[in-house]
Amino acid sequence: MTFTLIWIAAALVLLGIYLSWTAGRLDRLHARIDAARAALDAQLLRRASVAQELATSGILDPAASIVLYQTAHAARQAEDEQREVAESDLSQTLRAVFAEPDTVQAVREAPGGPEAVGELTAAVRRTPMARRFHNDAVRAARALRRQRAVRWFRLAGHAPFPLAFEMDDEPPQALTADGASR
Amino acid sequence: MRIGIVCPYSWDVPGGVQFHIRDLAEHLIGLGHRVSVLAPADDDTPLPGYVVSAGRAVPVPYNGSVARLNFGFLSAARVRRWLHDGAFDVIHIHEPASPSLGLLSCWAAQGPIVATFHTSNPRSRAMIAAYPILQPALEKISARIAVSEYARRTLVEHLGGDAVVIPNGVDVDFFAKAEPKPQWQGETIGFIGRIDEPRKGLPTLMRALPKILAARPETRLLVAGRGDEEEAVDGLPESMRERVEFLGMVSDEDKARMLRSVDLYVAPNTGGESFGIILVEAMSAGAPVLASDLDAFRQVLDGGAAGELFPVEDAEALATSAVRLLGDRERLAELRELGSRHVRRFDWSTVGAEILSVYEMVTDGAASVAPDERTGLRARLRL
Repeated sequence: MTFTLIWIAAALVLLGIYLSWTAGRLDRLHARIDAARAALDAQLLRRASVAQELATSGILDPAASIVLYQTAHAARQAEDEQREVAESDLSQTLRAVFAEPDTVQAVREAPGGPEAVGELTAAVRRTPMARRFHNDAVRAARALRRQRAVRWFRLAGHAPFPLAFEMDDEPPQALTADGASR
Repeated sequence: MRIGIVCPYSWDVPGGVQFHIRDLAEHLIGLGHRVSVLAPADDDTPLPGYVVSAGRAVPVPYNGSVARLNFGFLSAARVRRWLHDGAFDVIHIHEPASPSLGLLSCWAAQGPIVATFHTSNPRSRAMIAAYPILQPALEKISARIAVSEYARRTLVEHLGGDAVVIPNGVDVDFFAKAEPKPQWQGETIGFIGRIDEPRKGLPTLMRALPKILAARPETRLLVAGRGDEEEAVDGLPESMRERVEFLGMVSDEDKARMLRSVDLYVAPNTGGESFGIILVEAMSAGAPVLASDLDAFRQVLDGGAAGELFPVEDAEALATSAVRLLGDRERLAELRELGSRHVRRFDWSTVGAEILSVYEMVTDGAASVAPDERTGLRARLRL
């Protein structure tokens, strides 16, 4: 009888340790998602700001300026539900405006141009990076949250089920490290 | 920024990952960052000032060959002390999935962790079995880097998740400014790699050599790398053996000078390459490249635009391409030009900036790296 009790107690202690450890993992993953999401937001905002600056700089032709201004503005103002679409639109517009290496060269030759091109190059490179880091964290958290122990014991608490950020973040070819050497 | 880098392989054994870490550390120190590298090393080997020894690596059979790995309490304790003393803003772990220092540090640290995956092994049974052990450690990594699209694909298939691709770096100018050596010039083909490692592909090149020499008798083959020279030329007819020159192990300077001197660099590797740093070095030195059509090589050569490719292990095709290229000065000049331009993408100035931007992204607003107190059982039970 006492033996059985000891066994049950031992099993409970082990289960407790396991659950506390898993809760710790989950907690850390949620923190990682929050940090990654903040980094992604910062990069997206940076990209939109540089695009907007370029649109109002008068270096680009008027038609390109208007299109770029509008999509950059829309991306900055977008509500959460429309964010992915608005940011994808901005990627598409950037690709269209900077399709020609000549455009990049023209911007570079303007006063303050090299800095602007540098900032935009960094922004279009960092956005896909930040998004991959974010979605990688989301995937890990989702995999853990699907485990039975996590669902049965509600280890995730009230944290919302994490969602990946899906968008088109393909940079303009002329602004990538590969494209610049062409 | 205070940066801690974890090297999984012995510092005293030369290897691609070690060189990459050395160059990265020196590049970052040059930019004014504080860098500390934790690496396995014998306690009596002289180490550069920025390297901290994690103790001697123990040779154990792993994954089909004998690997030198670090594990056990002593190593784990050294990892924790290094983390504690370093107070790093970010740690950068190389090969976190190998059962060595990488995994130990992943287990022991918390905070911003960046990891680089170098190898692209086919899925092994040990990896599948180890998955539940690896996962809790790997999910601490905030940012994953793969050195090539190929390495990224293996990572996604084996471990899930995703990674950004940042290639290995090369000091392009070091190779571009090397002085050619006259005795290595004049219709020469270059090969660099271990002679007795069949995956480096020297046998394929030896099989192709008679045909190349038949068409262009003036050609010489320069081979740099250690191994049994007698055995390597075994298959060649006696009269052709003098056309092969063995240079043995060469220094970095001589490697650069050799690559500057040759008319054609041949990389006949048959597999096991996840990046192909040697091709980047050859292109930096302005050597036209003829390489076997491996995924990793194809990518480094810009899909075949910056160098020529031939089917893997196809000596016949290798000979045909080599003869054609050696007879076509214009094409060689064009390849030199294309290679030198393409290779800027791999210069440390570009690659270093990309790695730094990853560091910045994961450290923004995050606390610094600290030993993970939760891993100890005692700590967990609050004893």
